[in-house]
Amino acid sequence: MIKAVPKPLEEVLDLVKDFTKVLIVGCDGCVTVCEAGGSKEAKVLASALRLYFTQAGKQAQIDETSLTRQCEKEYLAQLSDKMDAYDAVVSLACGCGVQYMAEMYNNKIIYPGVDTCFLGVNEERGLYAERCQACGRCILAETGGVCPIARCSKRMLNGPCGGSDQGKCEISKDVPCGWELIYERLKTLGQLDRFEKPVDPKDWTTSRDGGPRTIVREDLRI
Amino acid sequence: MRLQYPPSVRIIEVPCTGKVDIMHLLMAFEYGADGVIVMGCLEGDCHYGAGNLYAKKRGNRVKEILDKVGVGGERLAMYNLTSGMGGRFAEIIREITEKVMELGPSPIRVATGKAVRPIAEVTT
Ligand code: SF4
Ligand code: SF4
Ligand code: FES
Repeated sequence: MIKAVPKPLEEVLDLVKDFTKVLIVGCDGCVTVCEAGGSKEAKVLASALRLYFTQAGKQAQIDETSLTRQCEKEYLAQLSDKMDAYDAVVSLACGCGVQYMAEMYNNKIIYPGVDTCFLGVNEERGLYAERCQACGRCILAETGGVCPIARCSKRMLNGPCGGSDQGKCEISKDVPCGWELIYERLKTLGQLDRFEKPVDPKDWTTSRDGGPRTIVREDLRI
Repeated sequence: MRLQYPPSVRIIEVPCTGKVDIMHLLMAFEYGADGVIVMGCLEGDCHYGAGNLYAKKRGNRVKEILDKVGVGGERLAMYNLTSGMGGRFAEIIREITEKVMELGPSPIRVATGKAVRPIAEVTT
């Protein structure tokens, strides 16, 4: 789902070098799957920080733990009795987790330990690719199940553009043309007539243009 | 074959180098190892397929970490050999021991007062 990469170690070292009690908090959700911020990565980062502080002759306490998810209060609350013991926390969750932790532990310094990249899939181990940009109004039904927002470099709704060359996008020979993928899939499905009617402009009000988004589900709220 | 090699090494057996985890290597350095060698089968000859190739990648990641945290990636090395290469094994241990002696004790041991620089001459 959410894909991230570990922040360069030197960046994290720079953030925490002046503290003496640091907690590394992994997230067992999305970032575990892409091996950027799960309990294993938390252990590796904690060990690296301990080596760094020790060789620098500095007494420091570096511990690690991991939560089921950092995007939920109930799991973040599990840190409540630990937090006081640390000067700073490095969260290895995606940007949502880092922010939610910072909201809950308002007076604590919380640093991000990963760079959150996109919503994507595991193509292979160590190879992750973007598939969705969370536009808020999914049009996959009309595009053969291939997202033109995430997979066409220009986010065109009536592609392909003139830059499509032998199945590749003009930005790079390594990037498949999203609209070529759409064409091929619609051909397989026998739905090529889809190309005969232009798509109406997309309703972007559900996307980022309106500022931060919230979902209110009255049927679920208690 | 009674081959001599320096007694300074401690051998930890694993079923395959594929079993060697990043944390095993990092912990060895946390515990104060001056150097660590990962010894696996020849590339292409791992009994489990590609364990030694995974070990190499993990080793490279650990080297990078060691460089960045000031311990030094050159303290970790990986070698590939067969069980029939006892002579080469002893030679590698001698080479590495010399190299580690040149590098001196691990900054971790120095910082924790468990070793001082410079250390005594090596006898191999
Ligand atoms: S905090 Fe982020 S990485 Fe962790 S489960 Fe939630 S969305 Fe996924
Ligand atoms: S159309 Fe929108 S919601 Fe659907 S896959 Fe593309 S970006 Fe995601
Ligand atoms: S069996 Fe895998 S490295 Fe020897």
